[in-house]
Amino acid sequence: MTNPTLTAGAVERHLRARRDTGRGLLMPFVTGGITPGWTDYLRAFAAAGADAIEVGLPFSDPTLDGVTIQEANDTALARGASTRRILADLAELPDLGVPLVASTYYNLVLHDGPEAFCAALRHAGVTGLIVPDLPVHEAGELTDVAAAAGIELVLLASPATPQPRLEEISRRSRGFVYAVSLMGTTGERATLAASAAELTRRIRGGTDRPVLLGFGISTPDQAREAGRHADGVVVGAAVMRRVLDGAGPDDLRAFLATLRQALDQECDRPR
Amino acid sequence: MRDVLPWGEPVPVAGTMGEPQPRGRFGEYGGRYAPESLVEACREVDEAFREAWADPGFRGALARLLAVHAGRPTPLTPAWRLSGELGVQLYLKREDLTHTGSHKINNVLGQALLATRMGRRRLIAETGAGQHGVATATAAALLGLEATVFMGERDIERQALNVFRMRMLGAEVVPVTTGSRTLKDATSEAMRHWVGATGDSHYCLGSVVGPDPYPWMVREFQRVIGDEARGQCAAELRTGVPDHVVACVGGGSNAAGTFAGFADTSARFVGVEAEGGAGAARGRLGVLHGCRSLFLQDDDGQITEAHSIAAGLDYPGVGPEHAHLRDLGRARYVTVTDDEAVRAAVRLARTEGIVPALESAHALAWIIRAVAGGELPAGSTVLMTLSGRGDKDISTLKELV
Repeated sequence: MTNPTLTAGAVERHLRARRDTGRGLLMPFVTGGITPGWTDYLRAFAAAGADAIEVGLPFSDPTLDGVTIQEANDTALARGASTRRILADLAELPDLGVPLVASTYYNLVLHDGPEAFCAALRHAGVTGLIVPDLPVHEAGELTDVAAAAGIELVLLASPATPQPRLEEISRRSRGFVYAVSLMGTTGERATLAASAAELTRRIRGGTDRPVLLGFGISTPDQAREAGRHADGVVVGAAVMRRVLDGAGPDDLRAFLATLRQALDQECDRPR
Repeated sequence: MRDVLPWGEPVPVAGTMGEPQPRGRFGEYGGRYAPESLVEACREVDEAFREAWADPGFRGALARLLAVHAGRPTPLTPAWRLSGELGVQLYLKREDLTHTGSHKINNVLGQALLATRMGRRRLIAETGAGQHGVATATAAALLGLEATVFMGERDIERQALNVFRMRMLGAEVVPVTTGSRTLKDATSEAMRHWVGATGDSHYCLGSVVGPDPYPWMVREFQRVIGDEARGQCAAELRTGVPDHVVACVGGGSNAAGTFAGFADTSARFVGVEAEGGAGAARGRLGVLHGCRSLFLQDDDGQITEAHSIAAGLDYPGVGPEHAHLRDLGRARYVTVTDDEAVRAAVRLARTEGIVPALESAHALAWIIRAVAGGELPAGSTVLMTLSGRGDKDISTLKELV
């Protein structure tokens, strides 16, 4: 069997290396173009101890997003944000020391074609890609193109995914496996869904690729609990609600530091 | 390329409107571009539909509902006076005479019956003008199901009467306040809601769009229009089959159902879109609401809003099978303006005593224009699906006529 660390791309190597030090992984999300100086949020995320950063490329019809990310999409688009401008902003950033993962809907990937889209991502320094409306059985068209461009295509798994399909997702996902914690859209929730633990357990039974839990993880307590099951967490709506309410990069840095601390405490616990 | 589908049937000849190719493909269009959370639910609908559609018991129960509740078969009406004026033989397939006043009821009764077979207790639906919402509320009441209908806030203001009808029928109408607050946003919101309700709810999608199996399943539930018309044309027309089959296209369900009945004939298909909602005529390749098809988009790939006086044509895309029929040249897609549609509606009212829905008036407007331009030669036989009645549009027409 091939050693996965040898064939893994930059995102996966980075996440594995961090995980193997016993660290709980943190991937905050920001909607690209949400404010004039939006890339300052990325610097703040990196400074707060993010292990990867997810940048949303806004789409007019985000069918898997709840109200917060929808509003962020609308706000960014109303400001004139576009894939091209967001990637141009990213290209100007210095290396933040953590991988950048783009996320968007498949229409934007098809618009200029998968080759041109992946090449543009790579040119902007992005090495991972999440496409929530591109399930594994439709991903063939993008998989090889992305790999050839050096983009790791992350696949999502949901609590409703049957076991054989889950194994295929784990096998074909690159970078990490995105575990959707609950049957619902993105957005803050009061508690971590019960389905999160079970899904993570099922994924981990078949792969040692990093598993990040996302959807509804909004507080340090939830991050701590999620860190008990998965290798880390994705935090989107909780970040974007603060941004929409006017919080600046420093505020977000402070917020993410509380999540970082919660994940670190969890990992320091004797197992 | 394989010549047998996974379930053992031969791959259908392109353009004859059989089952979609493996993975729900109509040529390069279609597919199941659903979030992972909905993929299993789509698979369950697909499996249940295949079983039901092969089950004479299900077919019989649906046929009975369509007969005793929806009023099928609907007549084929020769448009005598208008035919005389135009110099062609025009026949109208009268979906306006169904219960609830449009073809939407055909699909909804099929899906509601399927939902009960699957043990679901609730229907989720999107609606633009309210016709699909009213049909869903009606079917839910008839079969003892709950109904939740998502409707854009702007459409709720424009279609107050249909909102009341749905509520009177016991449905919950949920206003959608995001995006353009019209049909495409209502569809997005219905899908979001379905993600959290797959266990007890069936998504009763109203057109030949969405993830596989919806484009195929909805067309099959609507093919009763084409199948009936085929038999009626065989009895009425000297040639047996009309020269042209014309229907309006928003997502394209009444057109798909009509075309399906004539797919193996020499009839020429024309789909008529609204000038401001011409997904088939002017859209470009994309993915929205679970399927790969043609959509109106801006230079950045954002979906643009459709605009039409006919709310049912206010969708920025077209069903994947229509995109495929277009590419094959099996059907052509044309557009007419709001003005042309309104003039056609008035003309039909005054020559035939039928007030059509503004959606259906688009099909007639093209026929009138095509006769004048010589595209429809004198003496041609033309079948047009009159997809709905105009009652819902009276207040709009009152302002314009």
